[in-house]
Amino acid sequence: MATIDLTVVDDIIREHQSNKQNIIAILQDVQKVFRYLPEEALNHISVKLDMTPAKIYSIATFYENFSLKPKGKYIIRICDGTACHVKHSIPILNALKKKLELDDGKHTSSDMLFTLETVSCLGACGLAPVMMVNDTVHSKVTPEYAEQLIDKIRAEEA
Amino acid sequence: MKGYVIVDGIKTAINDAKNLLEVIRSAGIELPTFCYHSELSTFGACRMCIVEDDRGRIMTSCSTIPYDGMVVYTNTPRLRKYRRNILELLLANHDRDCTTCIKSSRCKLQELALTMGVRDVRFENITEKKPVDRSSPSIVRDPNKCIMCGECVRMCEEVQGVGAICIANRGASIEVVAAYGKPLAESNCVNCGQCRSVCPTGALTIKNDNKDVWDAINDPKKRVIVQIAPAVRVAIGEEFGEAPGTEVMGRLVAALRKMGVDEVYDTTIGADLTVTEETAEFIARVREGKNIPLFTSCCPGWMQFVKTKYPELLPNVSTCRSPMEMFGVVIKEYFKDADKEEDRQTVNVAIMPCTAKKAEAALPEFTTDAGRDVDFVLTTQELCMMIKESGIQFAELSEEAADMPFGLGSGAGVIFGVTGGVTESVIRQVSNAHSKETLRDIAFTPVRGMNGIRELSLEFEGQTLRVAIVNGLKNADMLIKKLKSGEVSYDFIEVMACTGGCIGGAGQPLPQTSEVREARAKGLYGADSVAQIKRSEENPTIETLYNGLLKGKEHILHVPGRH
Repeated sequence: MATIDLTVVDDIIREHQSNKQNIIAILQDVQKVFRYLPEEALNHISVKLDMTPAKIYSIATFYENFSLKPKGKYIIRICDGTACHVKHSIPILNALKKKLELDDGKHTSSDMLFTLETVSCLGACGLAPVMMVNDTVHSKVTPEYAEQLIDKIRAEEA
Repeated sequence: MKGYVIVDGIKTAINDAKNLLEVIRSAGIELPTFCYHSELSTFGACRMCIVEDDRGRIMTSCSTIPYDGMVVYTNTPRLRKYRRNILELLLANHDRDCTTCIKSSRCKLQELALTMGVRDVRFENITEKKPVDRSSPSIVRDPNKCIMCGECVRMCEEVQGVGAICIANRGASIEVVAAYGKPLAESNCVNCGQCRSVCPTGALTIKNDNKDVWDAINDPKKRVIVQIAPAVRVAIGEEFGEAPGTEVMGRLVAALRKMGVDEVYDTTIGADLTVTEETAEFIARVREGKNIPLFTSCCPGWMQFVKTKYPELLPNVSTCRSPMEMFGVVIKEYFKDADKEEDRQTVNVAIMPCTAKKAEAALPEFTTDAGRDVDFVLTTQELCMMIKESGIQFAELSEEAADMPFGLGSGAGVIFGVTGGVTESVIRQVSNAHSKETLRDIAFTPVRGMNGIRELSLEFEGQTLRVAIVNGLKNADMLIKKLKSGEVSYDFIEVMACTGGCIGGAGQPLPQTSEVREARAKGLYGADSVAQIKRSEENPTIETLYNGLLKGKEHILHVPGRH
């Protein structure tokens, strides 16, 4: 694994006053940069904040939002809240799983472009079924629409 | 807090108890707990200590602050049912191979399931069997027997300041692991084993080396030499019905001989060598003014801690081997020629109160082409198992003396087993203390006691030397931080990883409460009182060694390149 740029981590820690009480915010910012929490970054934070790596690991694994595995460039969140569920969100999920060749243990596509997740509610039930790709919300999604979106992003990234 | 709580109709004084559980226990009711340990922070996870108040509200007594006029019930039908249900659920995904579990009959889960009347588990175990972590030289971690009480995690972090393990994930996938889910051996674990001394089940146990030692004993080609550490003799009796602190060295020697061991020696000799070497080193450093403060190096848990967390301090750590390793190398040297003549192989077995000694014995600096200086380390508990396995009736044994020439240690060597012991022995040497009065004066300084950090000063060649005595690695960590910030300064610092020193080591019989530790300390100080030789350099064995076996070879007592 290529070594990561720890000066970025240093900057983040400084932005949060090098205070261990801000550990969650620090982890969020680190994840924003690397799209996951690299072990090297966590070890670095542990030294800088005088926390044990185990403690940080404990926090990082407690919250669903943190990932210790590299995530794709595009994070797709399919809403499976009640409203989206009855509006057929699962077929969207299944279509994308197939398209991206994912299974229950594999959430990120082999080309590292996409990570597929489900969320319990995105708070946009009127637009159900809803899907988010990074910060963009897509409403009234169909499996076909989702598949086309993947093709479109892949074409842009090629 | 003053006032009274009505516990099951009985008025019970609060007396500044820190929680409701303590009040209830003072009323003579032993509420069951898995996750409550008076020396650790309150966790409130196991829910076994639940009580009901007069309005039918259920609360965990360990995490409830008592107030005056509180009315609680500890044994209602509802509480009994809930406790049974909790136990049943814990047992549902527990590896229930009790008959072959090393913790059997000492397991809290087993005990409570029995006393709370769980006779049937209605739920099927649907958890997948996880691999057992045998990577550590000292501790075996079996996640299938973990009940998530978190005692080990809090012990590691709050008392030891190591924080090698944590509770990771949540919900059904929650587990106790080292950082990044790695094996224990790849973590910052210092092998002190205190996690295992609070684990209520068989999830954390001592790595057992009994088979190897039995094999050596049964091999006529092997000369099995056993050395016994000071702290063992005042604790091992607990497993055979003696009160904590009872000195049973004589019976221990007799038991080992019965088991077929060739020679039984006293690690106190190793301690005497350490005092001699370390005092010389200390005086030399003080005179030179170099690498001060001097940290002691006897404790393997502390050594591992300083190596991983503060490697920059290593030049300040004494180059002395630990007493066990000094003695190990001396014994191997002593039998070298005899081994060749008789075509036998000397096997060094050390009986230690400590799990970290197992890791120490495996270090490359204590290994030569001929093998390890100390071949096997058995903890007090493992030796108990071997004695019981042999059918030896420990209580009925007649006392026997250890073998010569290494059977006679000084009082200074014996007190190595308790926090402050190394310092006291070094002070006896430095200050040339001979008279009874001087020895007593030393004993009354803060050198004795159980506080985590103790300080004293010492006059030497017109200088006032500052000494600190630390037990518990968290305290050592705090002291080092203060040292680095310049808040404090010392000339000599004794560090013992475990609370109370070696007497509180994780290889000792359980449970280890502060009362038990104090009784064991008293036992060691008692052994010092009756010892005819008080100072290490007055031990004739030491003199003989320096004039003979060690002549021109003193370097073998040190670890090269620690500076």
